Amino acid sequence: MSRRVLIHARINEEDVEFLCEPRQSLLEVLRETLGLTGTKEGCSNGNCGACNVILDGVLVNSCLVLAVEIENKSVTTIEGIASPAGLHPLQQAFLAHTALQCGVCTPGFIVAAKALLDHNPHPTEPEVRRWLSGNLCRCTGYDKIVRAVLAVAGVPRPDISESHAPARDQGAA
Amino acid sequence: MQDFEYMMARSLDETVSLLAQEPDGVQLLSGGTDLLVQLREGRRIARLVVDIKSIPELNELTCDPVAGLRLGAAVPCRRICQHPVVTAMYPGLIDAFALIGGVQIQGRASVGGNLCNASPAADAIPALIVHHATCCVLGVAGQREIPVEQFCVAPGQTALRRGELLVSLHIPPPGSGFGAHYLRFIPRNEMDIAVTGAAASVMLDPAGGAILSARVALGAVAPTPLFVAKAGDYLKDKAATKEAIAESARIARAAARPITDMRGTAAQRRHLAGVLTRRALEKAIERARV
Repeated sequence: MSRRVLIHARINEEDVEFLCEPRQSLLEVLRETLGLTGTKEGCSNGNCGACNVILDGVLVNSCLVLAVEIENKSVTTIEGIASPAGLHPLQQAFLAHTALQCGVCTPGFIVAAKALLDHNPHPTEPEVRRWLSGNLCRCTGYDKIVRAVLAVAGVPRPDISESHAPARDQGAA
Repeated sequence: MQDFEYMMARSLDETVSLLAQEPDGVQLLSGGTDLLVQLREGRRIARLVVDIKSIPELNELTCDPVAGLRLGAAVPCRRICQHPVVTAMYPGLIDAFALIGGVQIQGRASVGGNLCNASPAADAIPALIVHHATCCVLGVAGQREIPVEQFCVAPGQTALRRGELLVSLHIPPPGSGFGAHYLRFIPRNEMDIAVTGAAASVMLDPAGGAILSARVALGAVAPTPLFVAKAGDYLKDKAATKEAIAESARIARAAARPITDMRGTAAQRRHLAGVLTRRALEKAIERARV
């Protein structure tokens, strides 16, 4: 049985210390050791993005980072997205646009979207879709997620009622 | 997850000695995007995981028109794809490197790791082959170089001997008249593993536009990435016509020996090998003419 290791890191702007086994992923330690259960386990192999966190400014799958690798590094999880002042604009936009149903993928999407806007404050729709391609959603069909992110980015987009209105006044065939 | 110890290696010498003393059960950790999945699934065994991300030589990323590109084995794709000189000089490499996984994978995964993982469908490797890349390898017996097309010997297996590690890749400067491209077929728009991949490079004669030399390499249609020397040799001293490109693509297609698996049938992959080779050559020629 391997020796446990003492790790010092900065998580959501707070210094933390924890013991872990080398084989434990960052995802496991966040959830089981630190009680930060906002980050979700979806696939454990880097496909779904439910476990996304930001590590030293870089968006990563926490299921593919060993907890021991975050020594002296800083991590932002979904719990660190809102501020004492209130929800982050992304969180508000997800609510306003109904960009979630079961909510399991949502922490990953919000962290991923925050990483996008930190890197590129005004992405185009193709850039948003490309960036979020590592995040999977079973419920929403992605469209409202994309609209929510574009809304925060200040990118105008036609309202859903305009783009899906039934054809009227087409005249006689 | 299987139980293992973890250590951070600080130098090449330390790593080489460690690998020489206890080569069994030691796994080298760079981005971890393949290794951790394999350890979790029991496809690789580790007694000790050695983190090589702090070794200076493995983090080297230097690029200029005279020396070419020196790419440390642990450099993550994210750093490479954001490097202004690399993206300007080697668009054909960036085509491939930027396709590995999605943003989250790009943040951690390295091209060196993609190569050492030796998947038959690896995206980086056909592109490296057509850019004449060489692998710089170090072991206790010393340093040696392996042409990248010889690096993968079987699915998941490389030409590294016991106790050796990949230190860096060297890609020669492209020179004027060079153009290259990599593309692949996948079911979705992003993220998938290549059903078939094709890379091509050409060197055009600045005077008349004839093809002085060319290389073609295919991915996911053989046990290893496939360097189809005949497809490139055919184009030597030929004008870059539709017919010449079509014949080269036909040679590449004939060389493909894919299997049928969950990602596609052998027949589809053979068909794709021809189509993608043609498209890769067309784009490589277009880039060479700029």
